[in-house]
Amino acid sequence: MVGDTILEVRDLHTHFFLRRGVVKVVDGVSFSLRRGEVLGLVGESACGKSVTALSLLRLLPQPAARTVGGEVLLDGENLLTKSSREMRRIRGRKIAMILQDPQTSLNPVFTIGDQLCESIAKHHPGKAATVLERAIEALRRVKLAAPEQRMHQYPHQLSGGMKQRVVGAIAISCTPQVMIADEPTTALDVTIQLQYLKLLKELQQDTDMAILFITHDFGVVAKMCDRVAVMYAGRIVESGPVRQVFDNPAHPYTQALIASVPKMRQRVGRLYSIDGQPPEFSALPDGCRFAPRCPLADARCHTTYPLSVAVGSAHTADCWKPGKSV
Amino acid sequence: MRNLPWTAVGIIVTMLFVAVCAPVLAPHSPTDQSLAEKLLPPVWEEGGSTRYLLGTDVFGRDMLSRLLYGARVSMIVSALALLVGGGVGLVIGIVSGYVGGRLDSVLMRIVDAALAFPAILFALLLAVTMGQGLRTLIIAISLLLWARFARVVRGEVLALKERDFVALARVHGCSPARIMATHILPNVMNTFMVLTTLYVGVVIVAEASLSFLGAGVPPPTPSWGLMAAEGRGKIASAWWISIMPGIAITLVVLAFNLFGDWLRDRLDPKLRQL
Amino acid sequence: MRRYILRRLFQGLMLLVLVAMIVFFLGRLTGNPVDLMLPEDALEEDRKALIETLGLDGPLHQQFAIFAANALRGDLGDSIRFRGPVVDIYFTRLPNTLMMLPGVMAVALVLAIPLGILSAVHRGNIIDKVSGTIAVLGIATPNFWLGILLIFVFSVQLGWLPSSRMGGFEHYILPTVTLGTFLVAGFMRLIRSSMLEILDSEFVKLARIKGLSETIVVWKHCLRNALIPVLTLWGVFMGGLVTGAIVTETVFAWPGVGRLTYEAVIFRDFPLLQGVIIMDAVFILLINLFVDILYAYIDPRIRLAD
Repeated sequence: MVGDTILEVRDLHTHFFLRRGVVKVVDGVSFSLRRGEVLGLVGESACGKSVTALSLLRLLPQPAARTVGGEVLLDGENLLTKSSREMRRIRGRKIAMILQDPQTSLNPVFTIGDQLCESIAKHHPGKAATVLERAIEALRRVKLAAPEQRMHQYPHQLSGGMKQRVVGAIAISCTPQVMIADEPTTALDVTIQLQYLKLLKELQQDTDMAILFITHDFGVVAKMCDRVAVMYAGRIVESGPVRQVFDNPAHPYTQALIASVPKMRQRVGRLYSIDGQPPEFSALPDGCRFAPRCPLADARCHTTYPLSVAVGSAHTADCWKPGKSV
Repeated sequence: MRNLPWTAVGIIVTMLFVAVCAPVLAPHSPTDQSLAEKLLPPVWEEGGSTRYLLGTDVFGRDMLSRLLYGARVSMIVSALALLVGGGVGLVIGIVSGYVGGRLDSVLMRIVDAALAFPAILFALLLAVTMGQGLRTLIIAISLLLWARFARVVRGEVLALKERDFVALARVHGCSPARIMATHILPNVMNTFMVLTTLYVGVVIVAEASLSFLGAGVPPPTPSWGLMAAEGRGKIASAWWISIMPGIAITLVVLAFNLFGDWLRDRLDPKLRQL
Repeated sequence: MRRYILRRLFQGLMLLVLVAMIVFFLGRLTGNPVDLMLPEDALEEDRKALIETLGLDGPLHQQFAIFAANALRGDLGDSIRFRGPVVDIYFTRLPNTLMMLPGVMAVALVLAIPLGILSAVHRGNIIDKVSGTIAVLGIATPNFWLGILLIFVFSVQLGWLPSSRMGGFEHYILPTVTLGTFLVAGFMRLIRSSMLEILDSEFVKLARIKGLSETIVVWKHCLRNALIPVLTLWGVFMGGLVTGAIVTETVFAWPGVGRLTYEAVIFRDFPLLQGVIIMDAVFILLINLFVDILYAYIDPRIRLAD
């Protein structure tokens, strides 16, 4: 059930201030997320996806990175103007996040129960027994067997998949409105990736929370998401409903990404890959950022950044030649 | 040469220059005693003489000359101890890492044991059983160094062993000894250089401490540690005898540490935990 | 956990045996053991008696058996200088050293942990710069010279503190600072570098994502993890502590085990030095065992591994 807008990001700019200069890692990103919706944020590694997510939570690496412009509206309130105290009340309670590597995202010296309860106790203070009950309930909801015993265990006693379920339990324990999942299955064994995606989908449908799903894998997007935003070198270059983008990718980069997903039962001699490397953030091209790798690029593509054009209902792309296939 | 610690390099170069040229630079003999002129203060203090710019010690020996020659002793001991101790560690590290298996686990047990027990106690024991002297001192300090070098080098070799050029050499039928000498050794030299620089400071302090405790170079050799020990009883009346060699030690050690840190960051950043 | 402790205990005992063997062989092979173990003016019958009791005319392995058997009975020979059993002399000096250690450890931990953590958390600010300078200087300054310098400034020039020997509280200040500086500097650098790594870790990121305050993130989630490298590298500090104790007690004429070691060296009292080293090894073994237990307590990966 997709409802009204819960999270709206408008023209977000996050820069890294390094000794060798300013690097615009997120450069004018806008998107919105409605209740009960899963939005995929797709792109190659180091295109600014994770930095976008951390910008929303205001947890950028200090002191190098800073959000210098834009708005992040959660339920109509701008998070970028909140005090750090207010932000701490929002993190974990209204927005939760799942990180990529379960092996390192739990603290090795504290029990699962401890790490789960401290978050619950922080946002819903109450009797120890109530907190404990809530924690066990969260573990049960992520389908971890024997949750009562898990509470006393340490991370190293659990497998990678189980740990990622615990991270999921921490995320949903305070019933957030928005969950950010940053490549949550990349570090898992292939056999349990699908299980975990299914679990996330179920949790999302049960609670009507919105998910911002960050991935580099268009195959996963197709399974998980309602809408998709494709990110390249700090900007969103195409966005729209998953079906439409899949069937009619307008941006050459999107086309390339989709083509690089290996398809079953398709007899291709070799897998598709995109030539070249994404541009260095410190030396971005003047025009379209994909132009240096784009087979369709002409003089205008190299000099002027393309306007955003509508290529379908709620489907837009930043391209001078939208819809032309490579 | 970005961020090169120039002050540190300056101190090190001066130190090396002084060590080499001490006989030319020193205004007096470092060991000639002149009891009539003992305990003269440095020139800027009341009673100081321009003949002895930094004063004289309890036996009337010129402080400046002894300090200059002390640099020489420090450098000779450092060079030899690092050569012997570091060299042994390098060889053991390479063999242990490359050969692996039981030999590796036995050698590493010994290394662990050597690291777990304070080397100074053996150094003192050696001084008592073998007698004081340069040879004893070099062996004593090498005992402190070899295990530390061996452990780091071994770690490096374990990583190198998995690299393609080593596998290729093996396929081509190179003997293990040849592979270690021609493929492994050149590739751990960076690490070895960084370690050597980082440990110069440790060796200088160790030499000074052992000499201070009467287990280093025998008197009247001008060692900074020995000088500090000789002036200890006179701290109330002749502070310069103990304080000056200490300043020299601290400056030089500081310089080598800063330079070593810089070299490590440039050549081998993963050694940062050291 | 039990297996871990037993293994560490076994390793410690092996070390002890190794140390005893090295000490034994150095004493027997580098010269005439009789000369090493008796004063120069020893009578001929004393020499004969020594050869008799230690079996010095027999083969080495028999000599070692006698040596080991005596050691196990608590007999490490007689000091030349003090003309008495080495073990007794060691135990009369040990309390004086032990009285200094708690202060040193307390100072080291109380200073090094907060400073190391704060300088990592506020990297580049004034605390970081000041404590970084102290650490660099503390590592570069030889202990003996720091002691002499402190005596010169605080006893000779200012006349505030006593320069040597044991006594009331004020006697403890300079030796504690001297011995503590090395440990503080080393701990601080180690804690800072491990804290920097931990602050960058994913579990700290997750702790912040949960909405926890910085105080809890730093002092709960980071602290324990930052202590682990200090405990794993304990052996290195142990070496520094022993060296520091010998030098510091020498400088301050502190009648402890460290000063005893120095006396054994300058009086060329081999039996005493041999005994002190073996007793030190026993003592180090006990401290290491305690550190191992502490380590297991802090790191569940060790505690629960069986």
